Amino acid sequence: MWEQIRSNRIRSVMLVVGLGTVLVLLGYFLGLYFFGSSIGGLVIALAVWAIMSLFAYFQGDGLLLTMSGARKINRDDHPRLYNVVEEMKIASGLEKMPEIYIIDDPALNAFATGRDPNRAAVAITSGLLQKLNRDELQGVIGHEISHIKNRDVLLMAMCSVLLGTIVILAWYGSRFLILGGATGSRRKSSSGGGGQAQIIVLAVALVFMILAPIMAQLIYFAISRKREYLADASSALYTRYPEGLASALEKLGASTGQLKSANQATAPMYIINPFHKEGIKASDLSSTHPPISERIHILRAMAGAAFSDYDRAYRQIHQGGKGIMPATARATTGVVPLAAMKPKARLEEPDEVQRARETSDVMWRLNNYKAITCNCGTRLRVPPRFKEPKITCPHCGRTNLV
Amino acid sequence: MIAVWIIIGIVAFLLVLFIAIYNSLVGRRNEVKNSWAQIDVQLKRRHDLIPNLVETVKGYMKHERETLEAVTNARNLAQQVASSGAGVRAKAEGELSSALSRLLAVVENYPDLKANQNFLALQEELTSTENKISFSRQYYNDSVLRYNNQTQMFPSNIIANMTGFKASEFFEVTVATEKEAPKVSFTQ
Repeated sequence: MWEQIRSNRIRSVMLVVGLGTVLVLLGYFLGLYFFGSSIGGLVIALAVWAIMSLFAYFQGDGLLLTMSGARKINRDDHPRLYNVVEEMKIASGLEKMPEIYIIDDPALNAFATGRDPNRAAVAITSGLLQKLNRDELQGVIGHEISHIKNRDVLLMAMCSVLLGTIVILAWYGSRFLILGGATGSRRKSSSGGGGQAQIIVLAVALVFMILAPIMAQLIYFAISRKREYLADASSALYTRYPEGLASALEKLGASTGQLKSANQATAPMYIINPFHKEGIKASDLSSTHPPISERIHILRAMAGAAFSDYDRAYRQIHQGGKGIMPATARATTGVVPLAAMKPKARLEEPDEVQRARETSDVMWRLNNYKAITCNCGTRLRVPPRFKEPKITCPHCGRTNLV
Repeated sequence: MIAVWIIIGIVAFLLVLFIAIYNSLVGRRNEVKNSWAQIDVQLKRRHDLIPNLVETVKGYMKHERETLEAVTNARNLAQQVASSGAGVRAKAEGELSSALSRLLAVVENYPDLKANQNFLALQEELTSTENKISFSRQYYNDSVLRYNNQTQMFPSNIIANMTGFKASEFFEVTVATEKEAPKVSFTQ
């Protein structure tokens, strides 16, 4: 597994360098255009980038969780979720148990965060938690844990900061150009100089300013998609049961709700793209993520649980194309058999109604609501604002102590 | 003069290579040890869960004394051999697994149990512990494979032989019933 991480890291570093080059070139041309020298532009570009990176590095983890309104849970709040995360932590060989958060949102999604494996967290929406059975939940958590294990979170954070810087610079550059850009070029033309060469530089700068964000976005999506495939393959390897993730993705793909709290920069961290249009199915509209239907096809076509099996299934679906897994990764794991197929709903497992009740109980508790069971069997939820010592049951009229 | 420098260069290169390989061997061996410890933790956890389970189930299962005793005995035996070698342990744990699955199979006949919150919580813990045992075994075997590969492949095998790194044993399932986690179902 380590070899695969290493070879992936080399590829990723190349892509990050590509993004960095776009940023430097943008700074260079901006400087040339507005200040007549490249240095000024470079300094501004790097300064903006540095500030944003520092912010992302120290604040990123908490920020994402705060922005999505995630609530941290303990083992007692939701034993099944906690157990499944622990199982995947053991299967992946992660050293530290990640923190677990629940987002109170009916949309179906999950994400992982944390710049290094020792301070990682996984978050899941309450909607998804009640929709999935144990095997499906295991598949999804396996996918998120592998984002942590493969250090995708840090990589994607770095990339999204670079992308953000490029977008901001290009945006301000083009605004200045429209509003007051004339001063810069006038200064340059009055200073005489190259004439024709100057115009060419200006034209290149202009074109670059328009193209840079698009190029950066394309690189970003390429990295992100590759990571999604890898996380799917790792999840199958950890659980030895790709059908779990496949059937979870099926449920995710059929959902139409949009996650309220996601934004462009955080999109690649989720298990499916949170930006599918309201009311339209989530499948196949994404760009940070490969099409869901394709991911399901690959998972279901796997003959074993090893990376080589994932690669073979991928090539089967992309006729004659290149594989998705690096050669070193395919070599590291030997023959890994799949677990036997399990029935969709096992009788000992809580069904969807029970899971919904369970999840809403957790949400009430996390919001500090007290639950009182009246003698008539009614369950009363007392909000934390309620200060009276007694409450009357609306059903039978008995008085209960708070 | 140049020849001397070349020789020094080669020696330095070999030294760096030696250190790198040696350290990665140590890292892999520690990984094997750690993952073995993880299996241990989970097996212990299962031993701890069983008295609770038996206590909860006892009140409902008046006619299953033998099944319950078999579980308790298997658990005690497994606990006694907890410090012996992998082979002996695997056998004892296998016995325990099959006794447990027999117990959970007869649970079917007691629908009242299904309504017992305590039992449901225990059952979730038991299912999860079974999963954790198999996941930690899976990871242990993976790390043994990686470690053994390194001790046997060229050129790291030379250093492994020199410094006494020996191949590790896989944790194989010895009892047929151990291959299946106890299946609990409440079909009536």
